[in-house]
Amino acid sequence: MTQPVLSVRDLKVEFVTRRGVLKAIDGVSFDIAPGEVLGVVGESGAGKSVTGSAVIGLIEPPGRIAGGEIRLKGERIDNLPPEAMRRIRGKRIGMIFQDPLTSLNPLYTVGEQLVETIRTHLPLSAGQARRRAIDLLAEVGIPAPERRIDGYPHEFSGGMRQRVVIALALCAEPELVIADEPTTALDVSVQAQIITLIKRLCAERGTAVMLVTHDMGVIAETADRVAVMYSGRIAEIGPVRDVVKRPLHPYAVGLMGAIPSLEGQADRLVQIRGSMPRLSAIPPGCAFHPRCERAFARCSVDRPSPLDRDGRKVACHLYDEAQAEAAS
Amino acid sequence: MLAFIIRRLVQSIGVLLAVAFIAFAMFRFVGDPVNQIVSIEASPEERAQIRESLGLNDPFVVQFARYVGRAAQLDFGISYQFRQPVTKLLGERMPATLELAFVSAVFALVVGIPMGVYTALRRDSWLAKLFQAVSLVGVSLPTFLIGILLIYVFAVTLGWLPSFGRGEVVRIGDWWTTGFLTASGLRALILPSITLGMFQMTLIMRLVRAEMLEVLRTDYIKFARARGLTRRAINFGHALKNTLVPVITITGLQLGSIIAFAIITETVFQWPGMGVLFLQAVQNVDIPIMAAYLLLIAFLFVVINLAVDLLYAVVDPRLKVSVRAA
Repeated sequence: MTQPVLSVRDLKVEFVTRRGVLKAIDGVSFDIAPGEVLGVVGESGAGKSVTGSAVIGLIEPPGRIAGGEIRLKGERIDNLPPEAMRRIRGKRIGMIFQDPLTSLNPLYTVGEQLVETIRTHLPLSAGQARRRAIDLLAEVGIPAPERRIDGYPHEFSGGMRQRVVIALALCAEPELVIADEPTTALDVSVQAQIITLIKRLCAERGTAVMLVTHDMGVIAETADRVAVMYSGRIAEIGPVRDVVKRPLHPYAVGLMGAIPSLEGQADRLVQIRGSMPRLSAIPPGCAFHPRCERAFARCSVDRPSPLDRDGRKVACHLYDEAQAEAAS
Repeated sequence: MLAFIIRRLVQSIGVLLAVAFIAFAMFRFVGDPVNQIVSIEASPEERAQIRESLGLNDPFVVQFARYVGRAAQLDFGISYQFRQPVTKLLGERMPATLELAFVSAVFALVVGIPMGVYTALRRDSWLAKLFQAVSLVGVSLPTFLIGILLIYVFAVTLGWLPSFGRGEVVRIGDWWTTGFLTASGLRALILPSITLGMFQMTLIMRLVRAEMLEVLRTDYIKFARARGLTRRAINFGHALKNTLVPVITITGLQLGSIIAFAIITETVFQWPGMGVLFLQAVQNVDIPIMAAYLLLIAFLFVVINLAVDLLYAVVDPRLKVSVRAA
């Protein structure tokens, strides 16, 4: 296997609050191969976005990376000085935010924002950067980019602004793009276009994508592999087809069961009882065990570590037992 | 844009007419103007004659129209106490007040904005906390007290700066005198302009700080960081510019107040400006001066507000659209 673009090992992110230290991310490990799209799913508060912020080095106090390592093409980036990390942001790792209506500075034209970003990272003259900005706008599907480049963000619709945001994220040809819920704030009719656009542009450039979302439909259509997160941990990670069609972890099973299907019978959707624990009250052992229908004694004591199983990694004791049985 | 300006001009004229009405009403209701002019021994015939010659027997509306007509030609009548045209009296003192207000406003902006930015960016540094504490003092201490304290420290105890007056002034043209061109004139400006600008300076500092903190939390600043822009570009290019709209509003309004409320500072420093003249006018019931001063201040406020509205459109492109549509 080629060297992964991004390699995260045992990442821990904590938030120091008056009521104690909250572990937002607790021992997360995953790799993203060049050109691969990794979907990251989970409920709100599962740590999806925090993982993205940690990778791009934008965890703000009182948050901090408390352990583990993040490597970009083998080079460690989680402990870089701020100035070195700034050079990586936008240049080698691009980011797309959730809400295009608020991601762009209202006081500058989209051209000014593009040119500024391009010239921060690439040694181009103002004219060359503008040329490049126009090309990028054309590529992300903005009609009449020569004219629109001098427009202000408020003169663009939400979908068009997200296209501008994508152009901004891609303007220095990054190796990795982190898309944090890129379609959540958009009209349903526009969502598919934007996802297709991200996927096409990144495929053309060989850019790897970390796609954070809670929309399973988006994941199923776009991602190569998917990581299911729960309470700051990865419950299951593997090829998207397997995880969606035959999930192993009981939480993943519940999550996939909760997706309404068009051709399926009109049965009731599966519901996972209870709700995700607050960060201040993560239960010992497996964080999911109080809600798990298949939990047994060991689950409340022992924290499961990721097990290789059917080409994926799943953090659940059920499969440890199975392994033990199979071995005996 | 033109339609917007015309609309605002019409509104401004409305405001000025209203103020003119109040100013005019002062003549009618604060005693009989004839008594202010004639001596006590004047006979009823003489009084009636003066009344007729002043047009005081005409209907109210005619008198008001006449007053407005004259005011439009900068004729505000004769001061009771000085027996000189009010326009000339105010004109002589206006440069002193405007120069003082200008230097105060510059001081407030040049010191207030960087302090605000600094306290927002380095929120936890001891210097930022010191600025915050000082600004609290600046906001809460009354102007006259600051002035007296400054005089006590820098004029009386240390003897560095003059405690009163404008110093040497140079005459430019027929109607302007300036203290900017002589060393003593500049030295004389320091204490009064700090006194007058202190409140505005702390106000601007606190406003910039609050706005900066607000803007630094926004998504577009987070996105600017994710794009790898330099700290400098983010703080000053993106964040500071977004704080400017409210700062311009407040500064504009405060510039009006600086001119209008220079009265106290001018009194403390015996500054030969319009404020001192107005105070004398109040003491001597010199209504023509009071009325003219009222109109002048209203005029300045209206002009400043118009300028502020136009500045918005320069800073914020979103407002250009709404201004165009209006």
